[in-house]
Amino acid sequence: MNAVFADPGSRAQSREMSRTDLTRRLVARLHREEAVVGGIGHTNFDLWASGQRPQNFYMLGSMGLAAPIALGVAIAQPQRRVFALEGDGSLLMQLGCLGTIAAVGPRNLVVVVFDNGMYQITGGQPTSTALGTDLVAVARGCGIARSLWARDEAHFDTLVAHALEGDGPLFIAARTDDTPPAGVTERDASRIRARFMDGLGVAAMPRGR
Amino acid sequence: MSAAPAHCSEREPWDAIVVRVLKANDVRLVTCVPDKVLAPLIRRLRADAFFTVLFPAREEEAVGIVSGAYMAGMRGIVLMQTSGFATLANCLASLTVPCQIPLLMMVSERGTLGDFQLGQAIVCRTMRPVLETLGIEHFAITRHDEVEFVVDRMIRQAFATQAAATMILSPLLTSRDPAGR
Repeated sequence: MNAVFADPGSRAQSREMSRTDLTRRLVARLHREEAVVGGIGHTNFDLWASGQRPQNFYMLGSMGLAAPIALGVAIAQPQRRVFALEGDGSLLMQLGCLGTIAAVGPRNLVVVVFDNGMYQITGGQPTSTALGTDLVAVARGCGIARSLWARDEAHFDTLVAHALEGDGPLFIAARTDDTPPAGVTERDASRIRARFMDGLGVAAMPRGR
Repeated sequence: MSAAPAHCSEREPWDAIVVRVLKANDVRLVTCVPDKVLAPLIRRLRADAFFTVLFPAREEEAVGIVSGAYMAGMRGIVLMQTSGFATLANCLASLTVPCQIPLLMMVSERGTLGDFQLGQAIVCRTMRPVLETLGIEHFAITRHDEVEFVVDRMIRQAFATQAAATMILSPLLTSRDPAGR
């Protein structure tokens, strides 16, 4: 395995960054119609605000399911690179999915977690990551060997570059601050689904019989 | 009676019919949280290279995976028991129904017709009210000779109408022996 992934880093040693900025850095590097699934709340708000690509899926409910949805996309389209963007509160709700991802081992799947240690959208109540849970350690323990903390913005860029070229599954955690998101996603769920399917080149309805 | 009549003992098992119908409808991805009643079906699916069979940790996760695969062009199904279905109300209400995802669910019905566990019996009563409240198509398969028709038609309708479908496997189908006892 690449030396890049040898040192997992730690939350305490990672710089507090802006989720809006990191999302824009990631999206700016997507040139091959990569799929991006944005988790509920501020995560998909910032994905929306970074520019509405047809290959983005904005999750309006189903808290915790960004990574499982991305896993499904990755299984169905192994040639396409797939990113799940999730918050710490959401991921904590569905930690078992990390074990499933490790077991399936999709080479084209990248999970990015923005960890601000709080349920920001409901008033900043603490999550367990503010009190000692290390999500990279959890991901490694679940069997995702390529899991690590982004130390700062430059390191995040390097990890995204690896995510776009190398083998997954990859788990990237970024410590983020409590800056509000840069926009709000539109709330037409069936339109979001239909546009995403168009973006992935899939026809929804079967041909008539 | 010494033995069941030959035509009973040799008929195609319900789980083999399900496998055949899933294949005919190109349903390739199977996610399941296991159940004893589903075990023979799961065994058959795992033995067939046509299918990708995954075991997520929770039923919600299974719904997420199958939903993502659908949006990316691959058909799938979630297998679970009634108590697992009871964990799904939020994601059905906030992902499956509003996004019009033709989610296929096959639920082995526990907690009725002779179950010995009180918890199973109580949670079983929540299933149909939840399905009806959310407007999700459902049908309980009780007879061997209805398996092929019901499973095939429910799958076709789900994809044609962009709506979820729940195929309930009644103990009348899965627990009766071929002689009908």
